Amino acid sequence: MVPIAYYLILAAILFTVGVAAFLIKRNVITIFMSIELMLNAVNLTFVAFSHMWHQVSGQIFVFFVMVVAAAEAAVGLAIIIALFRARQTLSIDQVDLMKN
Amino acid sequence: MNPNLLWYIPLLPFVGFLLNGTLGRKLPRAAVTAIALLFTAAPAAIVANIWIYMKSAGAPLTLSVISKPWIAVSGFQVNFAFTVDHLTMIMLAIITGVGFLIHLYSAGYMAHEDGFWRFFAYLNLFMFFMLVLVLSANFLLLFVGWEGVGLASYLLIGFYFTKDSAANAGKKAFVVNRIGDFGFLIAMFLIIAHFGTLNFDSVFRQLSSHTEVSTCVLTTIGFMLLLGATGKSAQIPLYVWLPDAMEGPTPVSALIHAATMVTAGIYMIARCHVLFALTPAVMTTIAIIGAATALMAATIGMVQHDIKRVLAYSTVSQLGYMVLALGVGAYSAGIFHLMTHAFFKALLFLSAGSVIHAMGGEQDMRKMGGLWKKIPITFWTMTFGVLAIAGLPPFAGFFSKDEILYSAFAAGTTVGKVTWFIGLITAGLTSFYMFRLWFKTFFGAPRFEEATEAHHGHHDSHAGHGIHVHESPLVMTIPLMVLALLSLIGGWVGVPEALHGHAEFSHFLAPVFSSAAEAAPEVANHSVELGLAAISVLTALLGFFVAYVMYYRKPGTGAALAAKMKPVYNLIDHKYWVDEIYGTVLVAPLQMFSRFVLGGVVESGVVQGVPAAGAGITRGLSSITRRMQSGNIRSYAGWLAFGAAVILLIAIFTQVPVR
Repeated sequence: MVPIAYYLILAAILFTVGVAAFLIKRNVITIFMSIELMLNAVNLTFVAFSHMWHQVSGQIFVFFVMVVAAAEAAVGLAIIIALFRARQTLSIDQVDLMKN
Repeated sequence: MNPNLLWYIPLLPFVGFLLNGTLGRKLPRAAVTAIALLFTAAPAAIVANIWIYMKSAGAPLTLSVISKPWIAVSGFQVNFAFTVDHLTMIMLAIITGVGFLIHLYSAGYMAHEDGFWRFFAYLNLFMFFMLVLVLSANFLLLFVGWEGVGLASYLLIGFYFTKDSAANAGKKAFVVNRIGDFGFLIAMFLIIAHFGTLNFDSVFRQLSSHTEVSTCVLTTIGFMLLLGATGKSAQIPLYVWLPDAMEGPTPVSALIHAATMVTAGIYMIARCHVLFALTPAVMTTIAIIGAATALMAATIGMVQHDIKRVLAYSTVSQLGYMVLALGVGAYSAGIFHLMTHAFFKALLFLSAGSVIHAMGGEQDMRKMGGLWKKIPITFWTMTFGVLAIAGLPPFAGFFSKDEILYSAFAAGTTVGKVTWFIGLITAGLTSFYMFRLWFKTFFGAPRFEEATEAHHGHHDSHAGHGIHVHESPLVMTIPLMVLALLSLIGGWVGVPEALHGHAEFSHFLAPVFSSAAEAAPEVANHSVELGLAAISVLTALLGFFVAYVMYYRKPGTGAALAAKMKPVYNLIDHKYWVDEIYGTVLVAPLQMFSRFVLGGVVESGVVQGVPAAGAGITRGLSSITRRMQSGNIRSYAGWLAFGAAVILLIAIFTQVPVR
C-alpha cells in the first residue's frame, strides 16, 4: 500500500506548481489552467484521505469541486473571449482597469 | 396689581428688538420707527403704573416675581427673579422715560441713515438688557444685563462699522468692560463660596445679621465689585472707553451716557450698599476714585474741541461725582445726581446732536460760533442743560450736586473734606468748560464758512448739507424741550430742608437705604449747608465768568493762555497720556505676545502644525496602501497566497486547529 504521505507530497507539489504558474504566467489561458491544477491537487488530497479513512464524503466533495470547476471553465472561457474581443490581447497585465 | 406685569417691562423692548432685527430690513422706515417707539413706550407706561401703585397707601414697598429654578445645582439655586423697590423704581423711570425720548429723537436724527432698522433694533436691545439689569433680584441676572449692555454698547458704538475708528472704539469699550466684568465675576464666585446664594435679599440679610464671613473676604468682594463698577461707570482706571464711545451716533451717546450703561456701576454699588457699609477701606477707595475721576475728567474737558468729547468728559466727571457720593455713604444723593444727570446729559447730547445736525456733520467747536439765532430751539434747550450741569439754581443739577458736596463735607472724615474740596474745584471747572462750549458754539462770529469744505468722513448726521444751517425737525426738538423742562424742574423733588424743601427724594429712597441712613450724620445746623451751597454757587459763577471773559469778551485769551502754559496744556490736551501709557504698558506687550508667541509659535506651530502633521501621516500611509491596489490580478493573487501561507504557518506553529 502506498503511504498517504506520497499522495500529500504530490498534491503539495501540484498545488505549488499551480500557484507559481498563476503568479508568474501572463497568459490568461495558462492562468486558467493553473487554477485547474490547484483544484486537482486539492481533489487528490480529498481522494487520498477518503481512501485512508474509508469515508465516502471526501470523494463526494471531489464531485462538487469538479462541478464547480466545470461551471467556472464555461464562465471563465466566456470571459476570456470577451476580454480578447475588447482588448485584442490575452496578457493579464494589460487588464488593470480597476486600479487605484 | 399683578406683579407678573414686571415680566413685560424688559420683554417688550426685546420683542421690539426681535421684530426690527429680523423683519426690519424689509419694513418701511415708518413701521420700524413705530415698532421701536411702541415697544419702549409700553414699558414706560407699565413703569408709570407700578409707580402710582407703589406710591399709593397700603401698597407694599417691594414687588417681586420669581420664575421656576433657572440654575439648580445641589443646594445652590438661582431663579429668574425680578424685584422692584424704590431704587429700582427710579432707575426704571429714568431708563424707560429718558430712553423713550432718545428713541423719539433718533427717529428724526437717524432718518437719512443706512441701517435704520439695525439701529433701532440695537437701541431696543440696549433697553432690554438695562431693564433686566435693574430689575434683577440676584447677582447673576444682574450680570446678564451687565454683559448685555456691554454687548449692545459694542454694537451701537461700532454702528458705523465701515469706519475704522468706530469699529475700534466699539472694541475698546468691549475689552475695557471685560476687565471690569472679570472683577464682577470674581466677586460673584466669592459670594457663592461664602454665602451660598446669589440672591440680593439673602446675601444682605446674612450681612446685616452678624455674619461669620471675615472682613478680609468682604473687602475683597467689595474691591472686585468696585472694579466692575469702574469698568461700567467709566471711573479711573477704566474710564478710557467712554470718550471714544463718541464714535457712535449721537443718540447712542445720549443713551449710554444718560440712561443706561454708565449708570449700571452706580446702581450696582448703591444696590450693594449693605456690603460696602461693612468695608470702610473700600468705601474710602470709592470716594477717592470718584473724586479723582471727577477732577481729572473735568480738566481734560476744558481743552477738548470736539463738542461731543467735551460732553463725554463731563459725563466721566459727573459719574465721578456720583461715585464720590456713594463713597461717602450718601447713596440717595448719588442716585439723585444720577437722575438729574440723566435729564441734563441726555438733553446736552441730543442738543449737541441737533447742533451737529444743523452744521451738516461738523463736530469741531472751532468751526462753529454764532449759532444762537439760527437754531433758537436748540440754543435755548441746550442753555437749560448747560445751566443744569454747571450747578446753578434753580436747575436740577444744582440740587443734586450740592447734596453730594454737602454730604461729603458733613461725612466728618478727612477723606470727606478732601473729596468735598476736590468736588468744589471740579464744580468750578465744570461750569467753566460747559460755558466755554456754550460760548464757542452759539456766540461770537460764525466760523463755519470755511468749515463746509473740510468735513469729509463724518458719517454721523448729514454730510453734504453744506453751509445751510437749519433747525432740527419737530420730532427732534420735542424731546429736547421735554428734557429741558426736566433739567429745570427735575431737581425740585430733592430740595433740601435747608432751602425749605422736604428732601422728598431721599425720603422716597429711605426704605432702600434705611440701614445706611443711620450711619449718615444728621447735622441739624442748616447754616453750614446754606454756606456750602453759597460757596458752590459762587464757584459755578466764577467758572461762568472766566469762560465769559476768555471766550466772549476777549476770544484770544484761551489760545494765549495755552501758549503760555505749554507743558501743562500739552499734558491735559493729551489726556495725561493715559491712552498712550495703556498702549505701551499693556496693549503693546500683549500684541507682541499674541503676534509672536501665540501667532508665531502656537498658531503656526501647534494649531496649524498638528493637523498638518496628521494629514501628512495619513497621506504617507495612504501612499503605501494605495500602491497595493494596482489592479494587477497577479499581485493580488500573490498577496492572497502570501496571506494564506502566513495563516497556515501561524496555525501550524501555534497549534490552533484550523476550522
